[in-house]
Amino acid sequence: MQTKTSKSALFPYVLWIALFVIAPIALVVYYSLLDIHGNFTLDNYKAFFTSVYLKMTLSSFWYAFLITFFTLLVSYPTAYFLTKTKHKQLWLLLIIIPSWINLLLKTYAFIGIFGLYGPLNAFIEVFGFDPQQMLFTDISFVFVSVYIFIPFMILPIFNSLDRLNPTLVYAARDLGASALTTFRRVVLPLTMDGVKSGIQVVFIPALSLFMITRLIAGNRVITLGTAIEQQFLVTQNWGMGSTIAVFLILFMVIIMLITGQKDKGGRVR
Amino acid sequence: MKKLSASARVYLAIVFIVLYAPIFYLIFYSFNSGGSMNNFESFTLEHYIAVFEDSRLLVILINTVIVALLSALISTVIGTLGAIGIVTVKNSKMRNTLLSLNNVLIVSPDVIIGASFLILFTMIGIKLGFASVLLAHVAFSVPIVVLMVLPKLLEMNKSLIDAALDLGATKKDVMMRVILPYIQPGIFAGFFLALTYSLDDFAVTFFVTGNGFSTLSVEIYSMARAGISLTVNAISGLVFFVTVIVVVGYYFITSRASKRTGGTQ
Repeated sequence: MQTKTSKSALFPYVLWIALFVIAPIALVVYYSLLDIHGNFTLDNYKAFFTSVYLKMTLSSFWYAFLITFFTLLVSYPTAYFLTKTKHKQLWLLLIIIPSWINLLLKTYAFIGIFGLYGPLNAFIEVFGFDPQQMLFTDISFVFVSVYIFIPFMILPIFNSLDRLNPTLVYAARDLGASALTTFRRVVLPLTMDGVKSGIQVVFIPALSLFMITRLIAGNRVITLGTAIEQQFLVTQNWGMGSTIAVFLILFMVIIMLITGQKDKGGRVR
Repeated sequence: MKKLSASARVYLAIVFIVLYAPIFYLIFYSFNSGGSMNNFESFTLEHYIAVFEDSRLLVILINTVIVALLSALISTVIGTLGAIGIVTVKNSKMRNTLLSLNNVLIVSPDVIIGASFLILFTMIGIKLGFASVLLAHVAFSVPIVVLMVLPKLLEMNKSLIDAALDLGATKKDVMMRVILPYIQPGIFAGFFLALTYSLDDFAVTFFVTGNGFSTLSVEIYSMARAGISLTVNAISGLVFFVTVIVVVGYYFITSRASKRTGGTQ
């Protein structure tokens, strides 16, 4: 296939890379060095290292951590049990379908569910508690985010569990390992790749959520994503927004390096 | 294989209920004649009728579908060409660079894609609206198509091409009658995924859309920010209905295709 015609097939694709991959990143870095009047400055970076932005970054990480943790906690057993079902592909499909419904619609549903007169409060009242304002709290924000991310976490874990050779588990049990030991020493290490890619697909978006914070957390929670949206579309300070974006990209690269798949040498660290 | 224990079944059942409850909750109240999502008064279709009588909403719906179809089509062409091009690159370093650049937009958070495209379009003077939204959707769909087509190209036996050339096929024949039919399932999967990505996207569109142009998800966002409106419920009922039809259709098409090719999926 080393013909000239197929080489020229690359042209529109390379143009796409230059225009929509390289140029946008370069522009973000360039804009991060501009102040609101378009003058070159490092003030945005200085501002990022003030307590306001550092606190925001820290809380953004904390929420992303909580969201990832709870998503993993729910998803691993689900994926595990799913691989044990008959017609597991069909069940998996049923898990995936909700992720195809527009995220905003699902978030919107929770405005009703968590509302003061919503079904959750009605349920609580049955047990004699007073209705609570659950909307606009941190817990509701974490809950909705976990809800949104569960299918994305289940999928990679399901795939790695599905690829796991069951004879390894039988061997461990035959050799006298308890169910717990088998899980801890055999199943979990061998499915770590799935867990890592699950963490990757949840943690990075969780750092940058902004519509859920606006709709459910009522601006109480500010993530890096919310801050970028705020700077770009409300304050119109593209310089500061770009600076936060640069840091978000940096964090993203670091997370990818940590959770990235190592060479497939079957190395156990 | 061991049978699933009772507690495992209960656990799975709870997960399924929690996953579907909000969706059915929305749909249930879309038939509520009362104005809220709290007490169900009586069954009505007025909210569905309202969706179809709201000409603004219909225009937005048509916009959304046009952007999705067009962007999926354009990105499928660019992505397929790109995948064919990548395979011809013999230098492995260069190939890996292309592949990592390809994945940048897939792993980048939507906010960053949206913000950086906003800067880009403003810089090169593209008016925010239909054009910028379409370009943005093409941009983030291309890598998905490449990722769908590439495996098909890589699993293709090179001797098929040599055989065709030996038998006197021109390069054009090889492309049209050997390569493209072979990678066709990948191309369809890429087109389909690009379509769903485009239909689903909110964050990127939100950044690059101007005042006069809106897609369904941007519209839902502004409606949801204004509070509960059962029109949104009716829309979600329709969206859910369409999604299930598409998913079930896709499931049957792919399972039939994999049966035909001997289950090599």
